[in-house]
Amino acid sequence: MGKNSMSLRGRDVLALADFSADEIQMILETAKEMKNIIHRDIKKVPALRGKSIVTLFYEPSTRTRSSFELAGKYLGADVVNITAGTSSIVKGESLRDTLYTVEAMGVDAIVMRHKAEGAAEYASKVVSPVIINAGDGAHAHPSQGLLNLFTIMEKKGRFQGLKAAILGDISHSRVARSDIQGMRKMGIEVHLAGPKTLMPRYLFEEDGIYVHDRVEDAIKNADVINVLRIQLERQKSGLFPSPREYARIFGINDARLQLAKKDVLILHPGPMNKGLEISPFVAYGPNSAIQEQVQNGVAVRMAILTHALTGGKEV
Amino acid sequence: MKTLIKGGRVIDPANAIDKIADVLVEDGKIAAVGENLQAEGAQVVEAAGKIVSPGLIDMHVHLREPGQEAKEDFASGSKAAAAGGYTRVATMPNTNPVIDTAALVKAMQKRAEEDAVVHIEIIGAVTKGQKGEEMAEVGDMTEAGAIAFSDDGHFTKSAKVLLNCYDYLRTFDKVIINHDEEPSLVEEGVMNESHRSAMLGMKGRPTVAEDIAVARDIMLAEYADAKVHVAHISSARAVDIVRQAKARGVKVTAEATPQHMTMTDDCVELFDSSTKINPPLREQKDVDAVLEGLKDGTIDCIVTDHSPHAQEEKDREYIYAPSGFPGLETAVGVMMTDLVHTGKLDVATMIERMTAAPARIFGIEAGSLAEGMPADITVIDPELEWTVDAKKFYTKGSHSPFVGRKLKGRPVMTFVDGKMVMKDGEILA
Repeated sequence: MGKNSMSLRGRDVLALADFSADEIQMILETAKEMKNIIHRDIKKVPALRGKSIVTLFYEPSTRTRSSFELAGKYLGADVVNITAGTSSIVKGESLRDTLYTVEAMGVDAIVMRHKAEGAAEYASKVVSPVIINAGDGAHAHPSQGLLNLFTIMEKKGRFQGLKAAILGDISHSRVARSDIQGMRKMGIEVHLAGPKTLMPRYLFEEDGIYVHDRVEDAIKNADVINVLRIQLERQKSGLFPSPREYARIFGINDARLQLAKKDVLILHPGPMNKGLEISPFVAYGPNSAIQEQVQNGVAVRMAILTHALTGGKEV
Repeated sequence: MKTLIKGGRVIDPANAIDKIADVLVEDGKIAAVGENLQAEGAQVVEAAGKIVSPGLIDMHVHLREPGQEAKEDFASGSKAAAAGGYTRVATMPNTNPVIDTAALVKAMQKRAEEDAVVHIEIIGAVTKGQKGEEMAEVGDMTEAGAIAFSDDGHFTKSAKVLLNCYDYLRTFDKVIINHDEEPSLVEEGVMNESHRSAMLGMKGRPTVAEDIAVARDIMLAEYADAKVHVAHISSARAVDIVRQAKARGVKVTAEATPQHMTMTDDCVELFDSSTKINPPLREQKDVDAVLEGLKDGTIDCIVTDHSPHAQEEKDREYIYAPSGFPGLETAVGVMMTDLVHTGKLDVATMIERMTAAPARIFGIEAGSLAEGMPADITVIDPELEWTVDAKKFYTKGSHSPFVGRKLKGRPVMTFVDGKMVMKDGEILA
């Protein structure tokens, strides 16, 4: 399919598995233009004027929710936020009924985060507005996968032939799944490492995905390292002995970083547990793009909304 | 009152019959099976091209009475049974309250008499409240007519409690039906632990949880020289464990569902909770092993594990939806389409596993067309093509993974005690 004939208008954004490499590339190109808008003094374009977007969050979120909200507002859309704690959800309203209510108000897109894997897919079957998955359980977080790709593209100028390591809690991570899908589509080799208790027993059996026992093996000569957040509850539920041991054996610190390429790019989806999965020296060091990821998150989400709601024409 | 069912292929495994013959019913009993039977004044039912079998028996259904009538009740559930060709179903005690006393067994038998269009057998709880702590009054319940005992839905955590139940029940010669999944390994799990679950990010229920539970329960039964029946077996390894135990002479029997013999976890789609069942849909190697076990006799009978839920309970996020779907109305069609018509399973074996085998295991006077037996008869059209439509279900449940499937083969008549209760999918009230 030629780039010009490609339109994502009306497409739900549920998981990167549903998108081709060309489609991903197109969104990233648009995000580049969007990033320029963020740097302007007056950050407002009329691309989505007259469109309305609801963010429907069943789980707490700082950066994803606010960056979708700002993305919509920079593009001129009206954005309303609904969070579980302050809505009829606490009164026991079912997901179907909440979705019907939001749909009835005439919204064009619903940006949704939910603890249940598949909640966004379910929503896409129930209501007609475009559904944008902002994270469903451990399944998918496509906008995070895209913003990671965007950051890699900016810093490395290419995807093909790069080696990326994803470290930590692969089992429970929607970011890992979206990264794996997105990176593989763009030709990046993916190396996974972390405690076996946090690694799916049945591995991702696709080409170009490698699983290592030791983080050292995964990050050797890596161009990109994505350090996943370790939730402290995982230790409480017996998946690793102590935060201390985790940091010592699986954490990313300066010494370990020497194994990667000199210009390795460090990513982290946030929020960080500094001193656990990542040392502060790495998090704030010269290789870190963690702050940049947040800004890129707004640009990528502007691109996603533009493509899904207008087909990308009116940028 | 006489009925003559003419010219069908009579498959009656209990009596080693498989031939074109007539079946004569008189006063609610089987009067004769033979060629060219004549009967003055009998109502004649043409069955040429059809299979005539003893009424199908399902030893594992959840009819939800008492307390969960929004999901199902004896009227709707027994109609679903008749529509699916079943003349006798055994309902599980995980209700509200749990069926764990003789008084409740009798009350449910009364309810069955009032409302049901097929025979309903009552399975009692093994432990009080199915809590796995204290033995329920299984002796009293046996005398009240409970057909078997089960804490289905729960695994009996304490080996000591289960061993006591095995020992105690030997006096009454009753079978314990065990739901075998080690709980600490399936907590929060919603689907098979597999490549598919890894891709979807869903928490898994690994096969090993079933395997170690089956192994423990069989070893305890072997030690106690007691009878044990493994419910809805789904893992290849568990089938092997049963096979080896049978070879050693352990009094173990097992059952499997059509879904575990025809569907894999590849069918799990995140937006549709109809595939959420316990134990979960497994991988192809497990599906193949369960079918192989059914064929070689390791697995004795086919059950549906009919588990209807209310629409609003099942229509929600996959991880929050309850497990189970209604299977009574689709079982024969699915087995015929995916296993019989594909040449994987002989239809006579299928019928044996749905009639003679459950009757033998649970000591029921049924599952046979011998003269004098109650005239419970199922007529199946093996060639009838139909599409599964939840709107036409008699069950109150609507979420089935088979909805929309085109099937070939369907029960077209069900007789209970000589009375036709279903014809062409319609219940004759």
